[in-house]
Amino acid sequence: MQFLIDNFNLLWDAFLTTLSISALAGLVALVLGTLLAAARVSPIPPLRGLATFYVETFRNTPLTVVFFFLIFGLPQIDFVLGFFPGAVLSLGLYTAAFVCEAVRSGINAISTGQAEASRAIGLTFGQSLREVVLPQAFRTVVPPLGNVFIAMVKNSSIAAGFAVSELSSLLPRLVNANAAQLSAVLVGVVVAYMLITLPLAFLVHHVERRVAILR
Amino acid sequence: MTSGSNGQPLVRLSHVDKWFGDLHVLQDIDLSIDRGEVVVVIGPSGSGKSTLCRTINRLESIQQGEIFIDGERLPEEGKALARLRSDVGMVFQSFNLFAHKTVLENVTLGPVKVRKQPRARAEERARELLDRVGVGTQAGKYPAQLSGGQQQRVAIARALAMDPKVMLFDEPTSALDPEMINEVLDVMISLAREGMTMVVITHEMGFARRAANRVVFMDGGRIVESADPETFFTAPTTDRAKDFLSKILHH
Repeated sequence: MQFLIDNFNLLWDAFLTTLSISALAGLVALVLGTLLAAARVSPIPPLRGLATFYVETFRNTPLTVVFFFLIFGLPQIDFVLGFFPGAVLSLGLYTAAFVCEAVRSGINAISTGQAEASRAIGLTFGQSLREVVLPQAFRTVVPPLGNVFIAMVKNSSIAAGFAVSELSSLLPRLVNANAAQLSAVLVGVVVAYMLITLPLAFLVHHVERRVAILR
Repeated sequence: MTSGSNGQPLVRLSHVDKWFGDLHVLQDIDLSIDRGEVVVVIGPSGSGKSTLCRTINRLESIQQGEIFIDGERLPEEGKALARLRSDVGMVFQSFNLFAHKTVLENVTLGPVKVRKQPRARAEERARELLDRVGVGTQAGKYPAQLSGGQQQRVAIARALAMDPKVMLFDEPTSALDPEMINEVLDVMISLAREGMTMVVITHEMGFARRAANRVVFMDGGRIVESADPETFFTAPTTDRAKDFLSKILHH
């Protein structure tokens, strides 16, 4: 315990780094994932094809490879992201594919009558999606989206391999110098992750209960 | 075919054909509906009557033929189609009220988003319409909190809020408990009396007799017979119509 208190600043900084990677990547994933889902159900075939291609590419590529490509691959074509922005973008782009599929499953769960009724009063495809379909789709996919985001927080640990001083990077760093403190370091890091994921799970549960719609 | 006051029918279907795969669900349909006319379409299930109704606002596409609304050819997609649909009210068998919106929001969504009306004006008009169909006190509730008959009346108010040129009713009472059917039919009859142009797919022969100007009988994807209700119910000319009527009118 004393060891953790002594290294509190280090833990705190790493915690904030993990938190900011997760928050920023989460935002990228939510916005991009929703747009992708909209594209995948759109009546425009090229848009559907492009979105499907994106999802299958990112969903089937290991996250480490995505990190490697963005952080070490892009500089080859003179596009240097830097480690932290590269980590945020890699995690965000990767997670967007999973957000897309969760949201799409929500869209598919809405009865076709809802979309038909919105078209019948003259809403365009975009309006129908924004006003009628997506608000209901999100309500049905709160639990799976929670899963996606909790997994994303833990996936941010890949950034440790790319020179970002986030929580998981503390493990080798502290344990190498203080082998006797292995369990203290493990507990400290795990608890720090839980400080992000447990409130997230609680938030998901809360949102789920608040937005539940009667059918 | 009959003509309207300006010599042009409000809805005109010309040589319309539609297939679902190999199934020829609409076969060479010709139908003209005048301004203020109430046309009731009846027929056995699978006769294509619902599909016919849904082609008029292009919820179903057609493979051959043409459909005109108020002289304008029905566009195939995009903003032009959305604009045309906003002039065609539709009431569904399963109500299809927006589940996440209150009754009032259901009725104001179209006027605010499509007609760009100020919200206050749209709400005022929505409350008038809800009062008119007898559900004014339910404005703040969600659809799931209403009975089927109330939901269907809200759906009628939602369609009316767009000031449609024509209203399509696709079996509006088929999903209702018997005791709720009349509250919906009463609203439809008063609409018909006020001169609304209506296409009604229904099994309610009483409604056809009381409110229809014309009864269209469909079977096997074709319009088999078309006549005023008195003639159709008392002296149908085709065997298929006679057979159908004998099955539904004697109990």
